Amino acid sequence: MPDEMLQLPMVNSVLERHKGSAGALLPILHEIQAGIGYIPDAAIPEIAHALNQSQAEIRGVISFYHDFRTAPPARHILRLCRAESCKSRGAEQLAAQLRERLQLDDHGSSADGSISLRPVYCLGACACSPALELDGQVHARLSAERLDALLDACREDV
Amino acid sequence: MSLYLSCDSLARAVGADAVASALASQDLQRTSSRGLYWLEPLLEVDTAQGRIGFGPLTASDVPSVLDALQGEPSSHPLALGLVEELPYLKSQQRLLFARAGITRPLSLDDYRAHGGFEGLTRAVTIGGDETATAVFDSGLRGRGGAAFPAGIKWRTVRATQATQKYIVCNADEGDSGTFADRMLMEGDPFLLIEGMAIAGITVGASYGYIYVRSEYPQAIATLNEALVIARTNGYLGANVGGSGLAFDMEVRVGAGAYICGEETALLDSLEGKRGIVRAKPPIPALKGLFGLPTLVHNVLTLASVPLILAKGAQFYRDYGMGRSLGTMPFQLAGNIRRGGLVERAFGLTLRELVEDYGGGTASGRPLKAAQVGGPLGAWVPPSQFDTPLDYEAFAGIGAMLGHGGVVVADDTLDMAHMARFAMQFCAEESCGKCTPCRIGSTRGVEVIDRLLAAPDQNGRDEQVILLKDLCDTLQYGSLCALGGMVSFPVASALKYFPADFGLQSSEADQ
Repeated sequence: MPDEMLQLPMVNSVLERHKGSAGALLPILHEIQAGIGYIPDAAIPEIAHALNQSQAEIRGVISFYHDFRTAPPARHILRLCRAESCKSRGAEQLAAQLRERLQLDDHGSSADGSISLRPVYCLGACACSPALELDGQVHARLSAERLDALLDACREDV
Repeated sequence: MSLYLSCDSLARAVGADAVASALASQDLQRTSSRGLYWLEPLLEVDTAQGRIGFGPLTASDVPSVLDALQGEPSSHPLALGLVEELPYLKSQQRLLFARAGITRPLSLDDYRAHGGFEGLTRAVTIGGDETATAVFDSGLRGRGGAAFPAGIKWRTVRATQATQKYIVCNADEGDSGTFADRMLMEGDPFLLIEGMAIAGITVGASYGYIYVRSEYPQAIATLNEALVIARTNGYLGANVGGSGLAFDMEVRVGAGAYICGEETALLDSLEGKRGIVRAKPPIPALKGLFGLPTLVHNVLTLASVPLILAKGAQFYRDYGMGRSLGTMPFQLAGNIRRGGLVERAFGLTLRELVEDYGGGTASGRPLKAAQVGGPLGAWVPPSQFDTPLDYEAFAGIGAMLGHGGVVVADDTLDMAHMARFAMQFCAEESCGKCTPCRIGSTRGVEVIDRLLAAPDQNGRDEQVILLKDLCDTLQYGSLCALGGMVSFPVASALKYFPADFGLQSSEADQ
């Protein structure tokens, strides 16, 4: 893990920018995560101090929302949609294919840090289910073959 | 020769960008999507008769399409003819999505050339009282699912005195099977901005927020760009549309919590807190964001306002039936042959939607059920498909219209699994404030597991009684619609598909 203290200038510049803006905790957390990849533990006292809130309140917000991470992410993040529309088009079979091929559970991350699996509940691609999001890019009308091809592309990249 | 291809995120998710690259040297405009998603990527070409279409395309089809355009376009195997003559589109009543597939999302000129800002101009001319009356008289009801009359909210917020009031747009479209909000924000962002500006100057709110779910990055980026353009052109800021009144707004991004689609949880989230549901009263119209009067509406509700102002309340009420007036953008999803957006006046039947528009299941297997209104909507069996799509008619069969999403399933989908999933989803997404939802949903998963594992009829009977009792507690004891309505998919699955739970129909009926 990188030295988190080195990331504090970035955190503080985010806090400075949002100072005085009402209810800015979510935008602050999003920006820190976009910049660093996750919310480092060392950032929490800084955020709490800047917003005049307790550290417990900040941690409570971070843990409430599925999007926020407190550890560095894998190189690739694959979010397979598991909501009703995609389930009706075989999302569960694709999930099984992922588990089988990567030897990970639905929330798993590979030991070498190359890929993380996350379920997601709706990407708004329901007219062309099933769908997934890989590194921020949505792919719809998935099939077992297309899923394999996407995973192959990830592997080549590693 | 002008070519048009959608830049909608779903069109891109099925390969529109690759088609665009293959067309590199052509005069190509990236427009919003028609919502005819089964045809995406859909390439349209200007002709003397109108735009003709080709789709669904892949990049490898592009050379042959370009060849066909030099000769006889209709000879191409993927040629669709005039796009606006396609029955799927021609039979629709596109009010809200009138510009879909036609204009470029961030072109203010395109927007104005197609009726943009006529509503705002009208609102500025007639003033706040008449604008609020027009919204009231149009019969517009909240499109997010609860269908509360919009005009009543407008009058309440307008009549409430406060130093600061807010407009909040709920764009946390988390229901599976719905994508109309996403389409509108990505494809016609100025329409939402115009609707919010009208709302702001009418109710006396000088600031607004659009709370967009993080799963919609393209909608977020498009809205942010559109806000800058609108501000530069005087549609936002100190003197909105020449009204002398101030209104501005910003986009806020959710963080993956389904519960934040509930309006009071959304307000807490906007305040920088965990998205915890608030008890009502006080209603947000009186004490909303930061405890101040707040007009909270879904994307489609706010986006309906410019048209109501431009064309008049009577024009709008002439669409629809009963107390469900205007049009609704229904969304066809799941196991459906022709998935897409169908904007029609309320009152067409679910059968027309699923069979005539949708063309039945994509798999070609028998239709089993359709879940209408998102994950908290009931599974409707084909025997009830002749119910008209109207808020009251759906409530009458123990279902709900919600946000107009329809997820179709074929006979391979296991309804016991879906009922269990509904409870599990509720458990995962519950904010935890009220006991029925927080604990009942977890107990619901366990009861369904025991029901499926029960070795004999006695055991099953016992669990069915428990499950129904639990559904009752959730429905009547929960603070908000998450716990309150999770019983709909569960109870409907149990009632109409008892065999999936290993039950005789008589066992489920007792």
